[in-house]
Amino acid sequence: MPLPGLLSVLIFFPAVGALALLLLRADDHVWIRRAALTISVVEFIFSLLLLAKVPVTGAGYSLSEFHFWIHFPPINYHLGVDGMSMFLVLLTTFLTPVSVLASWSSISHRVKEFFVMLLLLEVGVVGVFLSLDLFLFFLFWEVMLIPMAFLIGIWGHDRRIYAAIKFVIYTMAGSILMLVGIIWLYNATGTFDLPRIQEMLASGTPLLEPRAEMLLFLAFFVAFAIKVPLFPLHTWLPDAHVEAPTAGSVMLAGVLLKMGTYGMLRFCLPLFPDAAHRAAPWIAILAIIGILYGALVALVQPNLKKLVAYSSVSHLGFVVLGIFAFQSISVQGAVYQMLAHGISTGALFLLVGMLYDRKHTFEISEYGGLATPMPKLAAFFLFVALSSLGLPILNGFVGEYLILIGTYLTNWRWASWAALGVILSACYLLWSYQRVFFGEITHEKNKTLPDISARERTILVTMAVVTLWMGVGSSFITRRTAASSQTVIEQVNPQRLYEGAAPSFKPSPIAGAPDADALAPSAAIARPIVIGHIMDVANGRAAHAGKISTERRASR
Amino acid sequence: MFPTPDDFYRVLPEVLWCGFGTLLMLLQPFFKSRQFFTAVAAIAALAGTACSVVAGAFPGPGFNGLIQSDPYSTFFHLLVGLVAFLVVLAAGPYLDRENLPAAEFYALVLFATAGMGVLAGAQELLTAFVGLEMSSIASYVLAGFRRDSLKSGESALKYFLLGSFATAFFLYGIALVYGATGTTQLDKMFAADPHSSLLKLGFAMILIGLGFKVAAAPFQIWTPDVYEGAPTPVTALFSAGPKAGAFALLLRIFATVPAATHLWFWAFWILAVLTMFAGNLGALVQTNIKRLLAYSSIAHAGYILVAFASVTYLGNNLSDGAGPAYAAILFYLVSYALVKIGAFTIVSQIGGTGEKHLALDDYAGLGQRQPWIAATLSLFLLSLLGLPITAGFFGKLYIFKAAVDSHLIWLAVIMAVNSTIGAYYYFRLIVIMYMREPNAEISAAPLVAFPFSIVVVLVITAIATVALGVAPNPILRFILDPALIGNLR
Repeated sequence: MPLPGLLSVLIFFPAVGALALLLLRADDHVWIRRAALTISVVEFIFSLLLLAKVPVTGAGYSLSEFHFWIHFPPINYHLGVDGMSMFLVLLTTFLTPVSVLASWSSISHRVKEFFVMLLLLEVGVVGVFLSLDLFLFFLFWEVMLIPMAFLIGIWGHDRRIYAAIKFVIYTMAGSILMLVGIIWLYNATGTFDLPRIQEMLASGTPLLEPRAEMLLFLAFFVAFAIKVPLFPLHTWLPDAHVEAPTAGSVMLAGVLLKMGTYGMLRFCLPLFPDAAHRAAPWIAILAIIGILYGALVALVQPNLKKLVAYSSVSHLGFVVLGIFAFQSISVQGAVYQMLAHGISTGALFLLVGMLYDRKHTFEISEYGGLATPMPKLAAFFLFVALSSLGLPILNGFVGEYLILIGTYLTNWRWASWAALGVILSACYLLWSYQRVFFGEITHEKNKTLPDISARERTILVTMAVVTLWMGVGSSFITRRTAASSQTVIEQVNPQRLYEGAAPSFKPSPIAGAPDADALAPSAAIARPIVIGHIMDVANGRAAHAGKISTERRASR
Repeated sequence: MFPTPDDFYRVLPEVLWCGFGTLLMLLQPFFKSRQFFTAVAAIAALAGTACSVVAGAFPGPGFNGLIQSDPYSTFFHLLVGLVAFLVVLAAGPYLDRENLPAAEFYALVLFATAGMGVLAGAQELLTAFVGLEMSSIASYVLAGFRRDSLKSGESALKYFLLGSFATAFFLYGIALVYGATGTTQLDKMFAADPHSSLLKLGFAMILIGLGFKVAAAPFQIWTPDVYEGAPTPVTALFSAGPKAGAFALLLRIFATVPAATHLWFWAFWILAVLTMFAGNLGALVQTNIKRLLAYSSIAHAGYILVAFASVTYLGNNLSDGAGPAYAAILFYLVSYALVKIGAFTIVSQIGGTGEKHLALDDYAGLGQRQPWIAATLSLFLLSLLGLPITAGFFGKLYIFKAAVDSHLIWLAVIMAVNSTIGAYYYFRLIVIMYMREPNAEISAAPLVAFPFSIVVVLVITAIATVALGVAPNPILRFILDPALIGNLR
């Protein structure tokens, strides 16, 4: 029997781990936690192997695994990874141990089931990112639904059952339509295999008439848009986030929302390029509404966790806008923003969860002046909030900036409206920060709140290091995602390659750097652009950033 | 012509089931032990099931074309035989608990099974009628088997009155079809004129009669009351067996008679839509688990009718493409039967003596009190919901595929909408099991016992549900065999 490939190991190792957890005694909480942490850390280490094994600039899928599964219709077990999916897998395997640590003491009942569900969730999500068979993708997409619903429904807060059911119904509604779409596509192409369908498309044979293509595009897009969530399909998200336990929120915001944008990049654009072009203006408008609406609602939120949830709606609007701007630089930015949002919003939810563990409320009015009793937590919160609002040298900046540049090239009006969202994000984050951490302590009990523990510090330091590293070392990631972003753009705009892009965006070898990696279009040049255009495009942003960094210094 | 020995081999399963049924009644005065009768009935069910392979070894028409032995009938014999076996095992502890006579019960189950077998093999309408009556009359009695319960009596009476009405329709339809074609043998109706209004009326009446048996809207009103009142193992039988038999006949009529195929596409389209909505919308507001599952079985009949719409649509352009659509129906019936029997078996045990605990709230906290049972029931519910790695998922997939194959995109979309509605009430039960705290009465009550025979039923149904969801290839190979369809055509 051949050994299973690395990708299969990545998918099924957490499942095996979950089975092993089931064998432990239910009341032995300490060992259950330790075992869950070990499993998820080992999984993370496995996933790091991807960095070594996936070629840096190679387009196409590597580490493919292919087995026949079901004969009729021919559904195959086909896995593969490229730069984009590799980092999303890494994000998942990174956030899972973080979530385990975050649940260390806050989950005290039905502990075993909790960690089993968390690991099963990881199985589903990693499977989604690694599947190259449409059907297999759908299968993992559905499988991950149940563990997430359980995480919300069992270990959530007061209205958890309502939130869990809403989450399930919304997701099911989209995904069943997607199933019909997948079957329709199968009838048109005779295969569920993504690379083969892409070959057919690349060979130029039209597979679908325009109307059918549009319907199919919508069948896929609606399922993904619900997951993202795109305005006006976002209403499940605030409920799910607010009611979910911290680990659930971290996984939901960090990884699950990205399944939607990943699906758009992997399926909607390459498979239905013409329909995508026709729908793009409408989708961009929805994305911009989402950006502004999410930010405005976040601005007036009295509930801290809901605020972070709506900020996700706003940030994911940027990702969708970047994808549907059809520029390789904006797609690159969208991919980056997906990762950055996963880290920084994940960290925000962790921090909000830590506040909740101490006070058992999310109401901003219950807090105030927390910087005095808990300076360390306050410092971390500020750091994360700044990264989330897009301060340069932290991770949020790179993605948003690339997205705005790309969008500007396609349509400057979209970019201007979206840039407004950047300003608003600074407003709601800093204002809420001020209300929670600065000012007088209005509640007597808040004076004695304990600062972060060693475990919490471990989590937060890890997150902060990753945030900073993604901000300053962004080319490590962009070099590896460039090829797959470029592929998406080539598939969606076969006829207009580089058209409309300013000359400076064409790949140009950098003098004295014969590194083949640097030849990847748009990746290596991302940073010169950042410096060169910063005043032109993100004028308001730069001013804000300056103000923020002054404030940050002041707070220290 | 005088029947040959081969003819008898072709009906061997029915002969065995009827024979054992009679034997059980004869043995009743001499044995007291219910376990004894359970064992005999289980062996009888299995023996008949095994003999369907023998019957399958003698393909061809039997008794001058009254019945047909082909892979299709073998498939349904295996299915109803397995259903009978599982129901017998599940009923043992129930009869003990309710102190009901065992021998008659099992005899009736076996008679009903024989009737379903005849339905699946009938090649001639009057034979089909005999099969339908055999299974129906036994079912009426079974529904009222708890004589001292008002609900059980109501269930039997309703089922009997409406059922005989529907059977009358069916019989009248046969008469009209005979008048139009001069024959009652399906394979001789090949040349019938599809535009004769007599024939149209006849098929319409047959469709109404069978529509009642499969609980298709607007002929579904009886279902929740009958399912609720009947003893739970009997409900399990109803939801799986007679439905499979009636669908088998319906498919044979509307797939083999070109005149019927030609006309009925829209009828099935409308029936499917009505049935799906009637079932799913009705299920949303139920608080009794048996009624909930009854409405869910109406909904599932609607999904199967979607595949019928696509079979009849494809039937217009003849053969090739229709194969997968037949297969979709057969696969769905198997996956559905397994799941429903498993679910009703659990409901039967949790119901307790006198079927007192049938409210959804009685399942609160089951996930913590009896995790294995809750997990098994969740598996069945997820299969009904159509989530991957369960049999129900592939069942739904094949029906979706059949609908898309025949360009019935709107029907597929309506079915998708219905599946989403279904997600609500199936998931709600899972929510109650895992996420609600039990009330004081339930948490004080002792754990519900699950005797060995029940565990056997649950293990078989659960493993089969997962197996069909992970490795459906063997059964697909069987139901996609061109010979299966070829003989139908």
